Amino acid sequence: MSAPVVSTNAQQERTDKTVFGFWVYLMTDLVLFASLFATYAVLHHNTFGGPTGAELFSLPYVLTETLILLTSSFTAGLAILAMHRADKRQVIIWLLVTFGLGLAFLGMELSEFSRLVADGNSWQRSGFLSAFFTLVATHGLHITVGLTWMGVMIYRVMTGGLVPTTMRRLTLLSLFWHFLDLIWIFIFTIVYLFGALQL
Amino acid sequence: MSMPSSTKPTPPVVTPTLRSYVAGFVLSILLTLEAYVLVVRHAVASPILVAAVAGLALVQFIVQLLFFLHLGRETKPRWKFYVFLYTVLLVAVLVIGSIWIMSNLGYHTPSPSEVDHYLKIQSGL
Repeated sequence: MSAPVVSTNAQQERTDKTVFGFWVYLMTDLVLFASLFATYAVLHHNTFGGPTGAELFSLPYVLTETLILLTSSFTAGLAILAMHRADKRQVIIWLLVTFGLGLAFLGMELSEFSRLVADGNSWQRSGFLSAFFTLVATHGLHITVGLTWMGVMIYRVMTGGLVPTTMRRLTLLSLFWHFLDLIWIFIFTIVYLFGALQL
Repeated sequence: MSMPSSTKPTPPVVTPTLRSYVAGFVLSILLTLEAYVLVVRHAVASPILVAAVAGLALVQFIVQLLFFLHLGRETKPRWKFYVFLYTVLLVAVLVIGSIWIMSNLGYHTPSPSEVDHYLKIQSGL
């Protein structure tokens, strides 16, 4: 609350409108993920004689992924705090940390995918694996888009500084990133934890 | 940029605080570890365990909504909150409806051996 007010009223009004519009987009994205979760819930018993989630997933590995993504959500928040303090150097540092953590998460996810495919457990193996890959890879695709966006924003802050347009976009990016962490809570719980319990 | 600013006094700009991010982060980690430990310790799914793990996820969802996505820190017309509520309704209909309909379909669909048996009776064998 003690942060200095950096925007004029008109700027603030514009930011509020843009953030609301972006929020509506995030909510439609939530509906998209809900449909994929519903598909997974319906199909996850249909293993067609193939392996179940309990046989395939390594919980410590997924916990590591989860904690990395959670930390990246926190560091994205730290970048936004630095932005409100108009501290350009810290914004860049925290965005780079967030980017690195996001990349580590994506790398772990892709290596899990490639291990599954190499073992013959690709999306073609069973209805369960089709639903699994669709749900988790859609999240991964969002992460990839977020990382690309973050790369562009790091460049924009470095070259153009913290101008109002850049600050507005950084606010949207942080919302997007937190949203992806929000979706991951349910992937972690429903796919991996419930999978381990053979629900 | 030259948008006319409203005549009424604008509310103070609500900026997120370090405290809210730290609180959200610490709570999220605790809730994640709690759910993880619960599942690892008890290999067998009891209804209570499942409810507890689902509950922890729901609590973490709310924690992150409040502390990371700053829902509830809006000034008066709470449009973000209303859109969110409507989305929760949509999601509930979509997910519960799908599971309900598909499990009902599964219940009423005969297995291959049942179909076999039925066809044999019908053809008078």
